[in-house]
Amino acid sequence: MSTLLDDLHQMWRSRLLEEKIRDLRLAGEIQGSVHLSIGQEAGPVGACSVLGPDDALFATYRGHNWAVARGVPVEGILAELLGRETGVNGGRGGSAYFSDVAHGFHGENSIVGAGAPLAVGAALAGKYDGSNRVALTVFGDGAMNQGAVHESMNFAAALDLPVIFVCENNGWSELTPIDDMVRNPILAERARAYGMLGERIDGNDPAVVRDRVGDAIEAAREGGGPALLELMTQRLVGHYIGDAEQYRRPGELEAAKEKEPIAVAKRKLAAAGVPQNQIDDAEARAREEIDAAAATAQAAPLADPSTVKEHLYA
Amino acid sequence: MPKYSFAEAANAALRRVLDEIPETLLYGEDVGVPGGVHGVSKGLHKTFGDRVFDTPISESAILGSAVGAAMFGRRPIVEIMWSDFFLVALDQVVNQAANVRYVSNGTMTAPLTIRTQQGNSPGAVAQHSQNLEAFFLHTPGLRVCMPSTQQDAYDLLLAAVHCDDPTIVIENRTLYHGAKAEVEINEGVQPIGGLRRRRTGDKATVVSWGAITHKVLEAAKDEDVDVLETVWLNPFPWDEVLDSVRRTRRLAVVHEANRTGGFGAEVITRVAEAGIELTAPPVRLAAPDLRLPAAPVLAAAVIPDTATIAAAIADLATRG
Repeated sequence: MSTLLDDLHQMWRSRLLEEKIRDLRLAGEIQGSVHLSIGQEAGPVGACSVLGPDDALFATYRGHNWAVARGVPVEGILAELLGRETGVNGGRGGSAYFSDVAHGFHGENSIVGAGAPLAVGAALAGKYDGSNRVALTVFGDGAMNQGAVHESMNFAAALDLPVIFVCENNGWSELTPIDDMVRNPILAERARAYGMLGERIDGNDPAVVRDRVGDAIEAAREGGGPALLELMTQRLVGHYIGDAEQYRRPGELEAAKEKEPIAVAKRKLAAAGVPQNQIDDAEARAREEIDAAAATAQAAPLADPSTVKEHLYA
Repeated sequence: MPKYSFAEAANAALRRVLDEIPETLLYGEDVGVPGGVHGVSKGLHKTFGDRVFDTPISESAILGSAVGAAMFGRRPIVEIMWSDFFLVALDQVVNQAANVRYVSNGTMTAPLTIRTQQGNSPGAVAQHSQNLEAFFLHTPGLRVCMPSTQQDAYDLLLAAVHCDDPTIVIENRTLYHGAKAEVEINEGVQPIGGLRRRRTGDKATVVSWGAITHKVLEAAKDEDVDVLETVWLNPFPWDEVLDSVRRTRRLAVVHEANRTGGFGAEVITRVAEAGIELTAPPVRLAAPDLRLPAAPVLAAAVIPDTATIAAAIADLATRG
């Protein structure tokens, strides 16, 4: 149970970071579009725990939780979103397109599905540099209908490249149900067409994700080629902050709240006899960290406009 | 010095960078074993093995994987077989490659080279004839060059691969298998940028780039004009161009790409912004805003020919 307790703490770090981001956005301190992944914390926590330091991670615009799970300091993320000099990209990236190469987080992407070809390249580089690198790219169910993702899956399969394609299926392609946009709702089955492993798994259980992604990574590292893992999960919030969510179906959100990973983990820990104060402590420690990081980020100087022309070219 | 065709010169540059820079990779559709549909990468797979390879017909994956590999220390050189094919994967160039360094605040880089070819040749259809350099010049973060001689086919490609920015080398297929010329191959790597002063004169400045430069030179052979071939379009040699126009006070820009939104408009605008008083209105020769027809006789009516260019230059040089 100690692993699950650690996972719960990690999931709380993501959850509370995103709640803080939401509050700062609603207060107008963070500006622009912000896409939260509240309810989807188990996938990143499980998957990132089996990535090595040389492995590559490419996320989507809904990527705060992947960055946190990869080890990117929350203060750097908050400062980035607040447009501060101390942000992970000095304010150039923002909520939907930040990166932190020092922590192996090779970026979000605000173009749906566009990280997949980049991940193929990271894996390709590994074929020549002796790193034995695996690349993991994560995207939503909507991105499964993007051409670049299909090109990437076939490209990686044809060249036996170690790329793990992780589809977080939260049921919503932005504001539209995925079921209405595909004939076969089991997206993992598409992998078979490319000659690679495809599996639909419980994306709300960090242990399942750790196990299945871990196996896929191990196989890929040994030359087994790419894999597609479809993580079934749910988004408890809108596509973006301000989304009226009129597309929600009756009872859907209530059901989702029963399944969401933090609620499930807490129930499991309690059922296993873990003392309530330990369960509560996982949240309390995370809250303390996020509050302190937010205060530091808010106190940091704004990004310096005199540097705005720097770094365009070598 | 060896004598090379344009395609052979590009091949020699590729051979040299593959030989000298272990991080280089060369790939694309039919680039490996077949040696490229235009024969530019002939023999390289045989010499360099799996560093030179074929890919699926997947431009997004080719370009995007090159960006990703470049972010991880490789120096990929990829081919987009016809520049028209860029359009199915422009995201990976405009939204991805061009942003890597800037948005990451300089912590990531994407030193990749994209080779492509463009222009019209007899019988090429509308989707194999477009001149798209302005698309890339409208995108900060990309470097762009357009060689038109055997020597520049070699030198510019070499400089592009050594450049730490994403760089697009736009060749022209009408040049690949033409005459051979002596190519100096032992020179060091030239820095990116600069221009080629192909002709010197006082009556006008003629700026051109790409294969149409050959028509410009033929058209200007009896005229007292500066002909500046701006082989690098980004970085563009603004100082040299403006200096020449300040001296001649007449300006013509000639390109094969469509007129509206073409880079010729930018050249004329910068001259105007610099406050250079011209003695005659500037001249812009370009393809009219049309699609390219397949029939050679129709296509020839669209792209500026030598006689048209000659008449325009002769007229300009005597006006005002």
